[in-house]
Amino acid sequence: MKKYSYTELKDTRSGFGTGLLEIGRKNNKVVALCADLIGSLKMDAFAKEFPNRFFEVGIAEANMMGIAAGLTIGGYIPFTGTFANFSTGRVYDQIRQSIAYSDKNVKICASHAGLTLGEDGATHQILEDIGLMKMLPGMIVINPCDYNQTKAATHAIADIKGPVYLRFGRPAVPVFTDPSQRFEIGKAIVLTDGADVSIFATGHLVWKAIEAAVALETKGISAEVINIHTIKPLDNGAIIRSVKKTGCVVSAEEHQMNGGLGDSIAQLLAREYPCPMEMVAVNDSFGESGTPDELMHKYGLDIPDIIRTAEKVIARRAVEFEK
Amino acid sequence: MPNVDELKKICTQVRRDIVRMTNAVQSGHPGGSLGCTEFFVAMYYDILHCNPLHFEMDGIKEDLFFLSNGHISPVWYSVLARKGFFPVKELASFRKLDSRLQGHPATAEGLPGVRLGYGSLGQGLSVAIGAALAKKLNNDSFLVYSLHGDGELQEGQIWEAAMFAAAKKVDNLISTIDVNNAQIDGKTTDVLNLGDLKAKWLAFGWDVLEMKGNDIEEVITTMKNARERTGKGKPIMILMKTIMGKGVDYMEDNYKWHGVAPNNEQLQKALAQLEMTIGDY
Repeated sequence: MKKYSYTELKDTRSGFGTGLLEIGRKNNKVVALCADLIGSLKMDAFAKEFPNRFFEVGIAEANMMGIAAGLTIGGYIPFTGTFANFSTGRVYDQIRQSIAYSDKNVKICASHAGLTLGEDGATHQILEDIGLMKMLPGMIVINPCDYNQTKAATHAIADIKGPVYLRFGRPAVPVFTDPSQRFEIGKAIVLTDGADVSIFATGHLVWKAIEAAVALETKGISAEVINIHTIKPLDNGAIIRSVKKTGCVVSAEEHQMNGGLGDSIAQLLAREYPCPMEMVAVNDSFGESGTPDELMHKYGLDIPDIIRTAEKVIARRAVEFEK
Repeated sequence: MPNVDELKKICTQVRRDIVRMTNAVQSGHPGGSLGCTEFFVAMYYDILHCNPLHFEMDGIKEDLFFLSNGHISPVWYSVLARKGFFPVKELASFRKLDSRLQGHPATAEGLPGVRLGYGSLGQGLSVAIGAALAKKLNNDSFLVYSLHGDGELQEGQIWEAAMFAAAKKVDNLISTIDVNNAQIDGKTTDVLNLGDLKAKWLAFGWDVLEMKGNDIEEVITTMKNARERTGKGKPIMILMKTIMGKGVDYMEDNYKWHGVAPNNEQLQKALAQLEMTIGDY
């Protein structure tokens, strides 16, 4: 199995901040808006270097989404920044009507997604955002796995026309992808070749899936770990190719089971290649206060959960093959 | 100024379009549409610098108009068509399957003149502000206009936008509120009283003008005055008093005609009051 190591621990939101600054230098049509969370979103550098192209809107996310939609009329590429909760649920109707239905070229950039913002608790965490955003016609949904990939994704979304939801987070996580990678929207990345189980992971769960695969190997289980950084459009071909090889599936994400990555994969498999599948995700629950590690453990999103789930689905496959 | 008598004739025809369009599909919003007829005719026939024959989404070097209270689409569609943005005969497709003339204006079908999807209220002012900021970034001296219903001011997003536009000196924006004191459930003063609108907008830091919206000469004069007041550090708000249902006696000043279409008998009664001037679609 291919081995991975990481260079350092870094937050994905900083990948966004650096990426935004870089594309700001490259393309003078890039503008950014923030709702009183410049530091949290790592937008300081862009704001400082491009004060004319940066708009602090205050604590008024609905207005921010509308202004972003308006800025596209005149040729600008607005990047909005706030927490994932306030980027989606709070402003769903504004995004639906003024951005998605109106096909505006707005990049909705959302930090502090999932449980791992930690101690602020359930009102600031969000585990429903992928589902909310993927349901909007035409909306692209991206959830990169580390600093480098988030930076590359920030570049990539500036280069395409149309609304995008880019999701990232607060905790420092292993940086293991290529710093000079080119991010291909909608193209899954096979991280390890395996024969016994396909593990499709997104965001912070990608590194955990790699660690789970290492542990599974010591048990004689060959896991194929695939990074699904783009949830919509889903890389159907890559998923089906892997599942035809392994015959069973685990999805892993920091999100509700309802409406998340696993849900999208299950729909695809039900239509095209039914097989045993299990999901590592939050099961119909809000989060709570705690450290990121404590929360990931309590809500079943940790390495042992992926290992256990992989073993379970392999056992199911064995039984269902016998039938 | 174009000949006022000519504009009044166009208004009559636009009103015929409104009642015929809503009658044909037995749905839509005639009341507010009739009330805003003079405003739309004045805007498109005199005030706005725009190019009906060559519509571009970005609207560089032209004025932009946003209709935040999108339910009064009949009056907008009629004036856009009469002005040449799209064929007048297309008005017959209003609210029908496969039409570009959606119940509420939309961009998905590519109707010339429309730059945003409208319907869910309270969103247009923010978008107009964004477009005005884009004009500033582009050093484009043309202006951004928006129209809102008074009932729509009950939406909180309007006040987020009001605060922003004044604080950030978005002074290339001229917004208008259709103050007809009517919304679906009743008189706005009864449903949720808006209080002293002039004092509110002044307190938010806007330059505020008032006009009688069913007097086309006053609309033109006030809009030109507003134009002169742009570029002075403040966004401009015009409180426009209109009569819902104006021009059709049984609809006038009656909130029940907010979103009800005339039946065939009512249509005939309405058309009898509205002279055909430049030809029905």
